[in-house]
Amino acid sequence: MIRWLLAVIFVLALSVPFFNQIEPSLFGFPFFYWYQMLIVPVAAGLTYIVFIVENKQGDAE
Amino acid sequence: MTYPVATIIFLALIVFVILLGFGASRWKAGDMSHIEEWGLGGRRFGTLISWFLIGGDIYTAYTFIAIPALMFGAGALGFFALPYTIVCYPILYVVFPKLWKVAHKYGYITGPEFVRGRYGNKYLGLAIGITGIFATMPYIALQLIGMQTVIGALGIPGHLPLIIAFGVLAAFTYTSGIRAPAMIAIVKDILIYITVLAAVIVIPSELGGFGAIFAKISPAKLILATPPAGSTGAYTGYATLALGSAMALFLYPHSTTAVLSASGPKVIRRNAVFLPAYSFLLGLLALMGFMAVASGVSAMPQFAAGFKQYGPSFAVPALVLNSFPAWFAGVAFAAIAIGALVPAAIMSIASANIFTRDIYTQFGGGGNPRRDTLVAKLFSIVMVVGALVFILLIPGTYAVQLQLLGGMWIIQTFPAIVFSLFTRFFNGWALLIGWAVGIVSATWLVTLNNFAGAIWAFHVFGFTVPSYIALATVLVNALVAALLSLPFNIFASDRGRDATLATDYV
Repeated sequence: MIRWLLAVIFVLALSVPFFNQIEPSLFGFPFFYWYQMLIVPVAAGLTYIVFIVENKQGDAE
Repeated sequence: MTYPVATIIFLALIVFVILLGFGASRWKAGDMSHIEEWGLGGRRFGTLISWFLIGGDIYTAYTFIAIPALMFGAGALGFFALPYTIVCYPILYVVFPKLWKVAHKYGYITGPEFVRGRYGNKYLGLAIGITGIFATMPYIALQLIGMQTVIGALGIPGHLPLIIAFGVLAAFTYTSGIRAPAMIAIVKDILIYITVLAAVIVIPSELGGFGAIFAKISPAKLILATPPAGSTGAYTGYATLALGSAMALFLYPHSTTAVLSASGPKVIRRNAVFLPAYSFLLGLLALMGFMAVASGVSAMPQFAAGFKQYGPSFAVPALVLNSFPAWFAGVAFAAIAIGALVPAAIMSIASANIFTRDIYTQFGGGGNPRRDTLVAKLFSIVMVVGALVFILLIPGTYAVQLQLLGGMWIIQTFPAIVFSLFTRFFNGWALLIGWAVGIVSATWLVTLNNFAGAIWAFHVFGFTVPSYIALATVLVNALVAALLSLPFNIFASDRGRDATLATDYV
């Protein structure tokens, strides 16, 4: 069940104590901000993987 | 007229999208006397149009004003909008293609209709439907407030512009149905993307870069406060706010309507991949709240009146007026105003679909498709006019408070709609009782908070766990529904009344 990969998105996006930090900052962005913005393409990428695999399996329709 | 150039550009863009709205009925033309055509566009929207429509639907004028305003006022907490709009998409991916399939097969056009079919219980359908309509009303009102803020920022006095704008909205919604917001959403999103990209390039360079902007934010607002001993503090507040909001998002009638108007389950899944592009944009937009702090607009005399009238909601309009040439401010404000028209139109259509299919035809009239569609069209006007009257008569703070309550209410439909797509374990009456427990407890807790906050500090085994009230109460709702389903299934099973088949859900 490749679908369980989607659970990773919840872990990444909701682990607040982990990302509630100022350092390391990047291009002037505190970690809190750039981390959460970075999760957006990561989440989209994970969903894309699930989409592609399920489409190939054909069990998604 | 304080800003003539901005106002002319603004009005020109608004007139353009209104003409587009009226013309939309001819696009992929269908028979508008059928509610599936008027209210769902005949379920024919492909990946790209669905992307614009769903995006235009959930990233509203209110979002553009309120999220930066929250960052401006409360700081890091306002950034919960980002994890919220990240985790909503895996939910969309897993849950809503299933709803689309069963809705398509049985001709359902609303979430409550599916629930009614699943349990053969029109009272459960009614409860879910009314929840949707009541949660939507203040949401439409907030779109009006968002529009009012930019009209006010342009220096146009009085309520007349708002009344005209929403009169026109009601008219093109009546004639074109969901095709109108689908078409306008394309213009809206292009304008929004231009505005936000310009803002994140131009404004930081004026203010000395993002580092300098963040440096001007007080340490207490830059990140969340570390929780005190014995409490999970702002950490659980932030996470539950994001998760609960994400669970509620696609249960709102306007989101369900946009999702069901897609041409197939694959279109919905593909959109779960591509819709996060908007979330990234939302993150940048949220940072405009910090840019407003760093630019010091709140201390500038020309904006004093605006801040006095609109509070932190004036942060983005003031920042735009301060940082851009007048013509571009016109573009940005038009983007926000059109960002109000798109969701307001879909919200009134979605409520009308519910009123027609879950109330009117179930309790009294109905049966004549042509007349049912007319009822829906008329009810869409009732929704818009109702919201307008609401805004003109009642102070704006009530709309914000009711919208807060609306979120608490709509999430209570989660067990009935979402769980029922995966299992027939539950009993319809048990779900109805769970729903009632959820609605009452959530409303009660919000009242105890004096309507001022969405978070309640729950005490669990001597530990303090501040949580989004909606998430905590929907857990209680689900628990009650599950426990009561056990005896109900034994003594008063409603399994035989399921109008759908187990194979519809695989």
